Amino acid sequence: MSNIWTITKRELYAYFSSPIAYVTTAAFLIVQGYVFYIIIDQVQQAGMDVALGNYYTLFLLIFYTAMVTMRLLAEEQRSGTLELVLTAPVRDWELVIGKYLASVILFLLLIVISFYQPLVMMRYGEPDLGTMASGYLGFFLLGSALLALGTLTSTFTSNQVVAAIISLGLCILLLLVQFVSPQVASTTWGQILNRLTILYHYFDFLEGLIKVQHVVYYLSLVAASLFLATQVLQARRWR
Amino acid sequence: MIEVENLTRYYGPIRAVHNVNFQVAKGEIVGFLGPNGAGKSTTMRILTGYLPASSGTARIAGFDVFYDSLEVRRRVGYMPETVPLYPEMTVQAYLNFMADLRQLEDGKHAVGRAMDACGITPRARQPIGQLSKGYRQRVGLAQAILHDPEVLILDEPTIGLDPRQVTDVRELVRDIGQEHTIILSSHILSEVSQTCNRMLIINDGQIVASGTPDKLTEQVQDQDRILVRIDGVSDLQAISVLKRVDGVLSVQSIEDGAYSVSCIQGSDNRAELARAVVEQGWNLLELGTMKMSLEEIFLKLTEGATIEDLTGGPLAEPGMEMEEEEYV
Repeated sequence: MSNIWTITKRELYAYFSSPIAYVTTAAFLIVQGYVFYIIIDQVQQAGMDVALGNYYTLFLLIFYTAMVTMRLLAEEQRSGTLELVLTAPVRDWELVIGKYLASVILFLLLIVISFYQPLVMMRYGEPDLGTMASGYLGFFLLGSALLALGTLTSTFTSNQVVAAIISLGLCILLLLVQFVSPQVASTTWGQILNRLTILYHYFDFLEGLIKVQHVVYYLSLVAASLFLATQVLQARRWR
Repeated sequence: MIEVENLTRYYGPIRAVHNVNFQVAKGEIVGFLGPNGAGKSTTMRILTGYLPASSGTARIAGFDVFYDSLEVRRRVGYMPETVPLYPEMTVQAYLNFMADLRQLEDGKHAVGRAMDACGITPRARQPIGQLSKGYRQRVGLAQAILHDPEVLILDEPTIGLDPRQVTDVRELVRDIGQEHTIILSSHILSEVSQTCNRMLIINDGQIVASGTPDKLTEQVQDQDRILVRIDGVSDLQAISVLKRVDGVLSVQSIEDGAYSVSCIQGSDNRAELARAVVEQGWNLLELGTMKMSLEEIFLKLTEGATIEDLTGGPLAEPGMEMEEEEYV
């Protein structure tokens, strides 16, 4: 356990000693803040679906998670530092989880900073606090799942840009399946496909519904991605 | 301490290490010597548990490097080639991180000790990215000795350093070697012969020779060579006289007045040679046995020949080196 925390601490150190953490966080907050302003100005409504349910914010989130996770393992592989970490008594999964946790902590920080939005809504309207909490839980789970996918793609290559592109492609695909599926929605495959998309499980949270199946979906996505990431790292042993 | 049996490693169809066997006793400093791409780094990576072997086994302190990888990693300090480090971290922060990863009880003390040993304490607060190559190399070394490992594996520890730094690192290795078992690799022969108790010469993934520098010289040398230096005689005269001495096979002029005399192995012809020169009334300035230089042995061995091919093989080329202690 202490190894995971050691890795996480170093990763946070790396985030904040380079511009990555500042730039990605600032870019997300500025653009998402602007989107928030425009929408709230038009609909004149205070609700979670306004702040976190629009597709601009969701696409932004996908870009943000890809940028934040692209370097996690790709950079270690490129610079060779992976060799030093993995010849210390550290298990592969400890490294993967430690790195992933650092990105989650960075994401939590972003969420905390964006709390000015509910405050604004509370100042000018009367949003339901329960819905707000469940909305943020959904946003956090969605982001965590995307971060896990990013961590996985970061193990595929030693090139950060390639890792980011694969991650973007994968996440956008998982999101776009949502739009394809209505045409085949009546079929069994359509139903299955729909339930596999990342947003199918998201919108209930914004309405104030915390369903176990949705939470399980995101947590399984995290677990599966991190498990696969560990396997990819271990695969170097068989190459 | 280290036992390696029939170790083989393929990268796809390419065979990097082939059937390597060797053992290293506790406290020994062993040098891997071989040209680039000979399989030195691969062997070391297998020993550290970073890569698995395709077949064969390796044990460190009784633990299998594959099945008891964590136990092995606790006991091994490793410095990879071109020392990969995090450029954004300061020296101190990096070493603290490695101490935490190794779960050292008194990490602070260990970091201080390692920095002192490697002479990087004055640079503790500098980001690694700003350090010169020599200092980075030392940080890599400090990282490797942090947990006072039983076995130290150093891959090309002096590559890319200036002569002064090379000397420093060698001294450091010798110091550390008094308490630790060390394997280091190099393609610089003098480095290995100066720092190591024993050399393993690797070529094309196989060990072609092993032993102390002296033993290797003995093994490979097929003829005795004697250096004779005479004052004020023409080469022609000198060679014709020297050739007539019993047991002499050939005579070559090395430089002005100096001759390399090849003799039948085991026949010490120095007395006869001296007499022959003095009988001519010439001034004998120098007389001594010559050894095949380690460089030549290395080159011979890594040209694809094994030690069996060499003994009884053709003559070594001229340009031999004198070994001071061999003088009469």
